Amino acid sequence: MRESTVQEHNRFFLNMGPQHPSTHGVLLVVLEMDGEYVLDPQPVLGFIHRMHEKIGESRPCQGFMPNTARMDYVCALPYNHGYVSLIEKKAGIEVPERAEYIRVITSELNRVASHLLWLGAYLLDLGAFTPILYGFDDREHILDILEDITGSRLTYCYYRFGGVYQDIDDRFVESTRAFIKRLRKRYDIYEKLVTKNIIFIKRTENIGIISPGMAIRYGITGPNLRGSGIAYDIRKKEPYSVYPEFDFEVPVGERGDCLDRYMVRVREMEQSLRIIEQALDNLPDGPVRSKVPKNIKLTPGDCNFAVEAARGELSYYLVGDGTGVPYRLKIRVPSYSNLSCLPELGQGILLPDLVSIMGSLDLVIPEIDR
Amino acid sequence: MEILSTLPPELIRMVFAAIIIISFIFLNAVMMGYLERKIAGHVQRRPGPMEVGFHGILQLIVDGVKLVAKELLVPVNVDRTLFRLAPILSFTPVILPLLVIPFSEKLQARDLHLGLVFIVSMTSINVMALVVGGWGSNNKYSMFGAMRAVAQSIAYEIPILLSMLAVILMANTFSLKEIVGAQQKIWFILLQPLAFIIYIISGVAETNRAPFDLPEAESELTAGFHTEYSGMGFSLFFLGEYTNMFTVASVATVLFLGGWHGPPLPYGEYLGIVWFFLKVYFLLFFMIMIRWTYPRVRFDQLLNFAWKYLVPFSLANILITAVVIKL
Repeated sequence: MRESTVQEHNRFFLNMGPQHPSTHGVLLVVLEMDGEYVLDPQPVLGFIHRMHEKIGESRPCQGFMPNTARMDYVCALPYNHGYVSLIEKKAGIEVPERAEYIRVITSELNRVASHLLWLGAYLLDLGAFTPILYGFDDREHILDILEDITGSRLTYCYYRFGGVYQDIDDRFVESTRAFIKRLRKRYDIYEKLVTKNIIFIKRTENIGIISPGMAIRYGITGPNLRGSGIAYDIRKKEPYSVYPEFDFEVPVGERGDCLDRYMVRVREMEQSLRIIEQALDNLPDGPVRSKVPKNIKLTPGDCNFAVEAARGELSYYLVGDGTGVPYRLKIRVPSYSNLSCLPELGQGILLPDLVSIMGSLDLVIPEIDR
Repeated sequence: MEILSTLPPELIRMVFAAIIIISFIFLNAVMMGYLERKIAGHVQRRPGPMEVGFHGILQLIVDGVKLVAKELLVPVNVDRTLFRLAPILSFTPVILPLLVIPFSEKLQARDLHLGLVFIVSMTSINVMALVVGGWGSNNKYSMFGAMRAVAQSIAYEIPILLSMLAVILMANTFSLKEIVGAQQKIWFILLQPLAFIIYIISGVAETNRAPFDLPEAESELTAGFHTEYSGMGFSLFFLGEYTNMFTVASVATVLFLGGWHGPPLPYGEYLGIVWFFLKVYFLLFFMIMIRWTYPRVRFDQLLNFAWKYLVPFSLANILITAVVIKL
């Protein structure tokens, strides 16, 4: 809607959230509306702020490990991964290669689980009830596999400084291979049910276009950035762990609309499966945990470590002061930047499109609020 | 019994029919609720209700008891009269169309000469209920739902009427019984396939079912016009929706699928109801399958579809029908 034609008295405010089915958590978006047109959506954050960063600054660094999984609970293992790698980099701890392989396998499994959940939840936002149960069905297999070795289903605390908590067994390898086979068979169902669905295409094509310039301006990362056509993936651009050893592609979109972001995530699942397959094929033998001093001393000075989480660039920044407790811990989460483009994207669009756009950004609110 | 014989027999018959129809409406809602949840379950690779009774057949009765037992909640600052009136307004008119529907050759409460017009006018009262409820709730989301309901209802009643008109031209009558009678040899779905498709699409939209469930689009409007309703208020809307679906499917059966016609049965003039119900529930099954398969369309897409495709096509269909009949 052109702003000039809107009369002042026709405007009203609509509170979308903090308890709204499609804000997926306690996010409040205050919408200034004219009829069904959204003129100015303003996200209001802070409903579940839990001071994770401050907690990280008030206890020895081992004690912060469980908290890392409670920021983005949908894709927790990359958060584990970023934090252990940061401390290992800071304290100079060696990691056995087998442990890094296991980290990559489990992180990628977690990424697939996250994308599956997103796919279902996005379709639920668009009003289709069935795909979310298909997504949950597949995701359940991943959760079972991860539960076997990590002990938890959602908020993992599996990685340790210098390795992982326990080694993977034959059952894990077997069930992971079975899952890869299963998911590849299921692509066909998703394609028929969702990707080729005419209503789905109508609801996503050319909706919420993020131009490459805009994406960079807002610091958007992850599949949202790649949907705009920029092949930026931390796993390729700032390789960490053992990612350089694997052959995988970075899928990108063309137009930067909701459909592109959807396609990028769907294609990313296949790339994750490829990484897992290669890692399982070349899994080296050896220990999964190196000797680590009981009290890790963080040397003075700062240190940064970035990983590619399911939603984009996750970066931990730490300042040490010689003790075991970080002096400063800053976590840069992807969803925060991804959400920041909403006020610009959501000007003059229809309310259903806003729901579609917010869904396509794949927001996890506890991650934004930390 | 003395009094009964003094009353006109037609009146007794109508009261009797009304009682049967009202009880049938509740039975239909229970069956539809169960079917919907079972079909949804199987579409989504889960068993659906399983706990109460054999394969959960008593689930809906238990749900009904729960809904009846709930407190009648009226939020503060709502228009109490309108808020209370809306569910009743939604439920009452949906009973009436069933009075004129011929379930079999002899099972029909009343054969009106303008039966079809009567049905159309009664079903369009339903939208009034949504508006009243949406307005009375004093909730912006409810208001959105109400406004959408009006626009949608206006847009989709026109193609419904136009597709009915094609059948009326063929049968040369408004009476539902005679329309079915005209399909003795060949069902109108074979002669009027386009009208049938238009009618079914518009019918789904008219009953506010997914993918056209915009007035209650829960991912956009939390629950649309019934956001503030709970307990019996909600269940009357629910009953209204299922009965409306049944009406739409019945009218489709009468107009296009030959009503009670089917392979001959003993006592055919009564047992034709078996064929009638098979056809109706097949259509309802189809509507449920659509709901659990498709995402929701956007509001402007919905209206565009009605005005740019359904209305012109049904107009063209009428024109062709008229010309062919005249020849």
